[in-house]
Amino acid sequence: MNDLTPIKTTLKDWETDQEVRWCPGCGDYAILKAVQRTLPELGCDPSNTVFVSGIGCSSRFPYYIESYGFHTIHGRAPAFATGIKLANPDLDVWLITGDGDGMSIGGNHTMHVIRRNLNTQILLFNNEIYGLTKGQYSPTSREGTHSPTTPLGSVDHPASPCAFALGAGGRFIARSYDVSKDLPQVLKAAHAHKGAAFVEIFQNCIVYNKDRFDDFTAKPVVDATQLWTRHGEPLLFAKGTRGIALDAAALKLKVVDVIDGDWQAAGVMVHDQTNRGLAHLLVEMPFGLFPMALGVIYDDPRPTFESVLLGQDVKARAGKSADLGKLLAKGQTWTVAD
Amino acid sequence: MATATIDGPQGLTGGHDAPAAPEAVVVRFAGDSGDGMQLTGGQFTLSTALAGNDLSTFPDFPAEIRAPQGTLFGVSAFQINFGSTEIETAGDQPDVLIAMNPAALKVNLDALKVGGLIIADSGEFNKRNLEKAKYDANPLEDGSLERWQLLSFDISALTLQAVKPFGLGNKEALRCKNMWTLGLALWMFDRDRAPLIEWLRGKFIKNHVLADANIAALNAGHAYGETAELAGPLRQTHIPAVASEPGLYRTVTGAESISYGLVAGAQLAELPMFFGGYPITPASSILHNLVKLKEFGVTTFQAEDEIAAICSAIGAAYAGHLGVTSSSGPGIALKTEAMGLAVMTELPLVIVNSQRGGPSTGLPTKTEQSDLYQAVYGRNGDAPIPVIAARSPGDAFDCAIEAVRVAVHYMTPVILLTDGYIANAAEPWKVPDPSTYTPFPVTFLEQPNGPDGQVLPYARNDKGARPWIKAGTPGLMHRIGGIEKNPLTGNIDYAPASHQIMTDARKAKIDGIAKSIPPQDVTLGEAGGKLVLVGWGSTFGAIHQAVRRARKRGLDVSHVHVRHIWPMPENLGDLLRGYEKVLVPEMNTGQFKTVLRDQFLIDARPLTKTSGQPFTIAEIEAAIDAALA
Repeated sequence: MNDLTPIKTTLKDWETDQEVRWCPGCGDYAILKAVQRTLPELGCDPSNTVFVSGIGCSSRFPYYIESYGFHTIHGRAPAFATGIKLANPDLDVWLITGDGDGMSIGGNHTMHVIRRNLNTQILLFNNEIYGLTKGQYSPTSREGTHSPTTPLGSVDHPASPCAFALGAGGRFIARSYDVSKDLPQVLKAAHAHKGAAFVEIFQNCIVYNKDRFDDFTAKPVVDATQLWTRHGEPLLFAKGTRGIALDAAALKLKVVDVIDGDWQAAGVMVHDQTNRGLAHLLVEMPFGLFPMALGVIYDDPRPTFESVLLGQDVKARAGKSADLGKLLAKGQTWTVAD
Repeated sequence: MATATIDGPQGLTGGHDAPAAPEAVVVRFAGDSGDGMQLTGGQFTLSTALAGNDLSTFPDFPAEIRAPQGTLFGVSAFQINFGSTEIETAGDQPDVLIAMNPAALKVNLDALKVGGLIIADSGEFNKRNLEKAKYDANPLEDGSLERWQLLSFDISALTLQAVKPFGLGNKEALRCKNMWTLGLALWMFDRDRAPLIEWLRGKFIKNHVLADANIAALNAGHAYGETAELAGPLRQTHIPAVASEPGLYRTVTGAESISYGLVAGAQLAELPMFFGGYPITPASSILHNLVKLKEFGVTTFQAEDEIAAICSAIGAAYAGHLGVTSSSGPGIALKTEAMGLAVMTELPLVIVNSQRGGPSTGLPTKTEQSDLYQAVYGRNGDAPIPVIAARSPGDAFDCAIEAVRVAVHYMTPVILLTDGYIANAAEPWKVPDPSTYTPFPVTFLEQPNGPDGQVLPYARNDKGARPWIKAGTPGLMHRIGGIEKNPLTGNIDYAPASHQIMTDARKAKIDGIAKSIPPQDVTLGEAGGKLVLVGWGSTFGAIHQAVRRARKRGLDVSHVHVRHIWPMPENLGDLLRGYEKVLVPEMNTGQFKTVLRDQFLIDARPLTKTSGQPFTIAEIEAAIDAALA
């Protein structure tokens, strides 16, 4: 699956003739370009690629990618993707969803597609707001968000998509943001992972939630607030002057200062992308006290849903013929003579 | 003829001058939901079929899996009508009631024909059980059952005695009671025990002691009948085999025949099948059946909910499989939005609705036909979907094939209506020969179909259907979705003209299906006359028998039974206008009646029943008399 001969394409080959209809300045443009730039590098074949989406601003995505595309109904894209993959496991399926689509109305399906481990790339565009319905707060909006439906500020605690995905049994958890130059690297890792690869992409909604992620994406704070996790490398940020260490007694992470680059002396942990416990700690780090963990946080494959299910079917079919006449005449029958 | 010709239950007991054997008999087995009544009934059905009788069954069980023992609401019953003539309903009133405890007697007694035979397990009529069934005195002893024939003996004790040599615990030993009862019933109707013994050996293949104990109980019940006959109270009855069309027969339930029909349809369309389902009563059995048919190119998926079930099936259709989903009313309601998407994207899909009593959770294990509006009208927007209704378990096979044909050739979702009664009931079925069905293979688009190598997913053929383009086909990349689209390219297009064109095209395509279906026939009677009964679905048997009886009495009444609910056969309106009166019996508050009025402006009158029980022949016959009075 997805092991087909690489196809030579360019970014242009992945553009459709459709006019892109997002608001000028929307973070979705940057994500679209990053995906269109990544697909040729992966050697993907437009004929063998399917983009499936639900409903919302992000879910218009398939219309702008020159491949097979299915813009479905609100929250249900994972279920469509499951049917597509079970019907043809060789198809390379990308699932495009948002914080409302994937975490609210479709939360159930998000959980199950991850739990089952369908081999698909799940890109959740998180802008912490409902854009297409004009600015209501979403399940990832921070407490106190003022919106048309919460004029006094929202009171419910936001969901954390990565923690949710990990809790659902996810085997690939990554994070990035719309204009990050490292987004293509994250997408490539997601594509390389066999199984449900969950990528949360923070996305700037220019109209209803402008610059919401500036506290870690604005140029001046990038170094001090972003922790890029890389397998086998120390968990360092702030240009290597700070790092993440384990407070073993309290069983939680802590930020430590690194003096003269000696991260070992400071007790900084080396990132192990197969360490599930560490992944939980990293995605749950409270921002502010800690940096924002970005990159491939967890990547530890297990057999995919479709390979196991369809493998079981192959075994069940072995040695049996599809003789309908025989099937109908099976069991206890009797004959009425002429 | 069914119950009309029964010679009275005296025929079954020796207390009167023994008349000739009746043509048909109705037996109801009733007990606690843990007593194995459905199993007993099922096996008795099999032995009846093997004896060559025509039959119809009606399993009637509570929604609770193991309701508290001995309670009135925990009673489970299985009724079978069998005979040497054509049988089309499960029978109006039982001739024989086998009651395994006081609650079973109380719940079912009203249905029993006056003078009918009660066989009761006196061992269960103790103080505790009588209290649970809200009896002040033991009905077996207080003379309150005078209107019926009563045979009571301690089946529990007799069973314990029969299985004693096998050293089972008391609880396990008592579980053999149903086999003891079955043994007695087999004796009563002169049945061969061998197939059942063979079945028990197979069922308990891993536990020979249980197999032996059950067989011993079966034999003991049978022997008891012989002994009892010698003593006088019971007489053996032989119902001769029915004269049927020559050929190979088996019994089939609707859930089985729908599964087989879907498989047959997929073969005729030359497609692999994808079935997405979510457990719900009474539809689950279709999924249970299909999981065993993987060698027929069937992939099954138990989804996380009803919505995911249909969405996965639509996804599979997009990738070139025959997508199928199945549910019952509440589940169908959840699937509604996705059905709209299948209408909008014009992908083939079969949606089976095994109707049950509604609204909401309603009566999960009882039957009703109240989802007709939901099927025909129940979606947002102008979203026409063809609707096909099966009339019986055997008919469901052909209906499933027809649903597949319409779906793949018109690129549309199709709703197949059945109900709890059809799904669970069994009837003898002449095994069809699949090679006699005309294949209707699907052609996928393989090359661009527009000028300059353009792909036009919504360019239509002479049937108004768009091409089916399998995702993954080289060079035919395209996008589809739920937003209104350009009439050719399928790209997003909100232009007023586009929505008008597409709405019209979707409607015209579904209306056009009428051209590909056979004209409506008159099932019984003449085209034109004083009165016609128009039915659909599982009311077939009761309507048919009632009309037959009325006609025998010289009444001018005919029966028309409609399979294609939407679109309807082109001649249906003219046909119905040929009668002075149109009466529509259905198990709802008059839904098909309204659709007929809407489509043809005819004065169709309702005959409705919403008790969760099928119509009796007598009820319909009475309505015929009233209409012609």
